[in-house]
Amino acid sequence: MSVLLEARNVTKVFGGGFWKQDAGLVALNNLSLTIEDAPPTITAVVGESGSGKTTLARLILGLTEPTSGEILYRGVDMRKLDREQRRQFLREVQVIFQDPYEVYNPFYRVDHVLNEPVTNFRLAKSKAQGRELIEEALTSVGLRPEETLGRYPHQLSGGQRQRVMVARSLLLRPRLIVADEPVSMIDASLRATVIESLRNLNRRFGISLIYITHDLTTAYQMSENIVVLYRGSVAEVGDVERVVKEPEHPYTRLLIGSIPRPDPKQPWGSKEDVTDAANKAAGRQGCQFADRCPNVMAICREKAPPLYQTAPHRATACYLYQAAPVAVSEKLNEIFVPPTLAVQRTP
Amino acid sequence: MNSIILQVRDLRVHYYTRQGPVRAVNDISFDLYAGERLGLVGESGSGKTTAAQALMRLIRPPGKIEGGQVLLDGLSLLELPDERMRQIRLADIALVSQGAMNSLNPVARVRRQIEDALRDHGVRLGARERAEWIGELMQRVGLPRTAADMFPHELSGGMKQRACIAIAICLKPKVIIADEPTSALDVVVQRQVMETLERLRADLGASVILIGHDMGLMAQAVDRLGVMYAGDLIETGSIAELFAEPLHPYTRLLMASLPSLERKEAAKGIPGLMPSLLNKPTGCPFHPRCPDAFDRCKVEEPKLLAVRPNRNVACHLHTPEAAGAVTTGKGAA
Repeated sequence: MSVLLEARNVTKVFGGGFWKQDAGLVALNNLSLTIEDAPPTITAVVGESGSGKTTLARLILGLTEPTSGEILYRGVDMRKLDREQRRQFLREVQVIFQDPYEVYNPFYRVDHVLNEPVTNFRLAKSKAQGRELIEEALTSVGLRPEETLGRYPHQLSGGQRQRVMVARSLLLRPRLIVADEPVSMIDASLRATVIESLRNLNRRFGISLIYITHDLTTAYQMSENIVVLYRGSVAEVGDVERVVKEPEHPYTRLLIGSIPRPDPKQPWGSKEDVTDAANKAAGRQGCQFADRCPNVMAICREKAPPLYQTAPHRATACYLYQAAPVAVSEKLNEIFVPPTLAVQRTP
Repeated sequence: MNSIILQVRDLRVHYYTRQGPVRAVNDISFDLYAGERLGLVGESGSGKTTAAQALMRLIRPPGKIEGGQVLLDGLSLLELPDERMRQIRLADIALVSQGAMNSLNPVARVRRQIEDALRDHGVRLGARERAEWIGELMQRVGLPRTAADMFPHELSGGMKQRACIAIAICLKPKVIIADEPTSALDVVVQRQVMETLERLRADLGASVILIGHDMGLMAQAVDRLGVMYAGDLIETGSIAELFAEPLHPYTRLLMASLPSLERKEAAKGIPGLMPSLLNKPTGCPFHPRCPDAFDRCKVEEPKLLAVRPNRNVACHLHTPEAAGAVTTGKGAA
């Protein structure tokens, strides 16, 4: 097993600085996460807006640099990649963004976004071979090439456009796809098709996925392990089955309780008076969730809680669980369900 | 349920394009009772937003209301002169539109935007009374009174959406139409905004039409639901009955396509796409995607018919064999 990508104690702070009065906004706080080359994994990163989930994606993609800590691609710091390594990185790590409407140039046919990687990375020896590759990629995401190619973006539905993006990443046979809210703008009846094609990439082509979302239901359906972020810090992490079924952190409980269940007999939970995240100034110390937490204690406001290993393959950063041992390592992967175990459970 | 506050009959809206008329809303009929929460659910392109705008008479060219009747408390909205309709908007029937939070004026404080609305509708209040009312509105939507003196950029998404709701209710309308009021918000904030809306409805005794695509949200937030597909209203019923037994195959598939939190399963989408409204298929517009379609579906368009009281469906699986045997179809949904 070689390590494909590693985030080592990564922190990202926006604003602030020596001459400024404020300390800046901590968008991501000391996160360590590893993606192995093989076997392929699916990890969900969940949180509301402002939780730092998109910052994590941008860091992994090398679109922004960490304030402290480092991101290593195949053992080399992202900032020190040479030309060849950078090229390989661009090929092996792909991204799918939230908005399937904005990533296309409306004046080009969709063929353009598919041809681009083929020519850039010289994937094909001839035009015909390139076309063959593209058709194959489209078919693997459940699109009919003859109905897709030659069309303009506005002639496709949101779900089709998003699947063309999946096909585009597939062309490069990446090792990792970072999907940032890939289905949040797609209609319910088409959402399933995009999710299914992403899962398929993982199963058939052995591609790892980092699935970033605020939607716990699709996160549960997609992933093996889940990382719940709250204001840049890990609130709860581990086996998705357990985290979703028996959430421990009060924030995870709030998130799961707020999902409107499609069943009138299962009403929204009790009406807790929860305040808006933006209402409260970010605390300098202590647990970030303390101001909104129904179970807040004195200690919560003094010092941020460490991750407590509450059970095998799960850990929670909350003093409610301080009887449990502190997780040995901050590396989230050491808490995760190992892929060998996870495989047996996929439907 | 008590009296009918809003009665919609055969409402039809077309958009005129170079390729021909797009039939965005096709003869839809429904009733809204006083104090009721009615949901209209559908995917993008199903005509739900157009229907909402038509109720407010906000359709602009190339769109046109081609026919039908909208009775608000007995008053026929589609026949009113423009000026009279302008007064009724907001005062009697208010719309919180999709992404309303981005429709706030960025250079005016919330207070001024509410004052404008009041003044424009001829509400004459003394300075103190007005300040008092605005303060009360802020509290009613769950914002601090001081939020009135903030600019939109100083508010979070959920707070902006609540400020929009405050504007919508400032004249105590009888009907509030909320078009995807929470689609840009997180689940936690979504729940807060929906609870705010629900509390207001109870306080004001208003009726709410909630428009959206999220079946889960509908299950939690409305009493009765109408399902739209390709410009048609294809099924209506109380939320409990509709979820217990969806009659239209589209409703059934839409509900099955929702991912579950209880167990992992293969994702089930609905194969195919919604037809183009420029050239809808003959017969039932859903037949090309329908697993239960049979010959009749390809030629004859099903009408929305009552299968039992307060339960209507437009599907040949549920209509009597002899076509035209029951012609009360246009009846209240």
